[in-house]
Amino acid sequence: MIQLTINGQPQQFEAPINVAQLIDHLALHGKRIAIERNGEIVPRSQFPQQMLVHGDQLEVVVAVGGG
Amino acid sequence: MDNLVIAGKTYSSRLLVGTGKYKDFNETRAAVEASGAEIITVAIRRTNIGQNAGEPNLLDVLPPSEYTLLPNTAGCYTLDDAVRTLRLARELLDGHSLVKLEVLGDPKTLYPNMVETLKAVEILIKEDFQVMVYTSDDPIIAKQLEDMGCVAVMPLASLIGSGMGILNPWNLQIIIDNAKIPVLVDAGVGTASDATIAMELGCDGVLMNTAIAAAQHPVLMASAMRKAVEAGREAYLAGRMAKKLYSASPSSPTEGVIASTEKIPGKPAGGKSE
Repeated sequence: MIQLTINGQPQQFEAPINVAQLIDHLALHGKRIAIERNGEIVPRSQFPQQMLVHGDQLEVVVAVGGG
Repeated sequence: MDNLVIAGKTYSSRLLVGTGKYKDFNETRAAVEASGAEIITVAIRRTNIGQNAGEPNLLDVLPPSEYTLLPNTAGCYTLDDAVRTLRLARELLDGHSLVKLEVLGDPKTLYPNMVETLKAVEILIKEDFQVMVYTSDDPIIAKQLEDMGCVAVMPLASLIGSGMGILNPWNLQIIIDNAKIPVLVDAGVGTASDATIAMELGCDGVLMNTAIAAAQHPVLMASAMRKAVEAGREAYLAGRMAKKLYSASPSSPTEGVIASTEKIPGKPAGGKSE
């Protein structure tokens, strides 16, 4: 069991997952998003390689209307 | 052609618009189209985890293939949040490095914190961002931001979202006179005449959001702003006449006015005036 904090909300996962699997789990596949893990950008090309570990802090962002 | 050049890229519109505060994406798109803007600002926010299945995305409505998207750091009060936001934005927009930096100092006024802004500029420029920077209308700070390598300085005309218009045209004038990079008024424009005045002062462009989005008819106001910016720019280029309190000079010939024998105080007889 690992716990990740995603956009400030804790979430538990039964088994270790990578970033690409997390995106699928969050139903964000194919969406225009960017991800930061523990303060560092995760490049899109590394989504399948980066394994998430217990305690990771993730920010998942989109572009929204703003001035 | 009289174009706006920012970071080596040429734009024909000098009006930049934000995409916030519209009732829906249809209205956003219609207003952006009516404004004629080519550069549009967007914000970067946490996605709603688990509630966004079929939710439309702003980038589908205003695709980066049609517009130059200018991600901003609105809502950031620390240099760390601002820098992280722009790194995320660059990743989101496939390496696009033109960004709008603002580091706010106070939620009541949304006035920029220039100490934090200067620190953030230093970091962002080292990381090869092209920074358009929101600033107070302090000519010394504006020059410093230029010297640090910002691609445009964007002083406020009045507080963000206030619609109070141009409160200190003299400071803007000094900033414009000193600058070798584009100066854009960002924040405070309330109506079309404010945008025109900014452009008449010699600003290279105007960035606005609330003045359009909070109008009773945003799409119509977007069109008005387009014309206002164009009118102000043309007036600036044309060079206005000198202001004169007296020595009125009539536009019609002073010769050949049908003669009146009546004596007008201060006017020579015979239909002539001095």
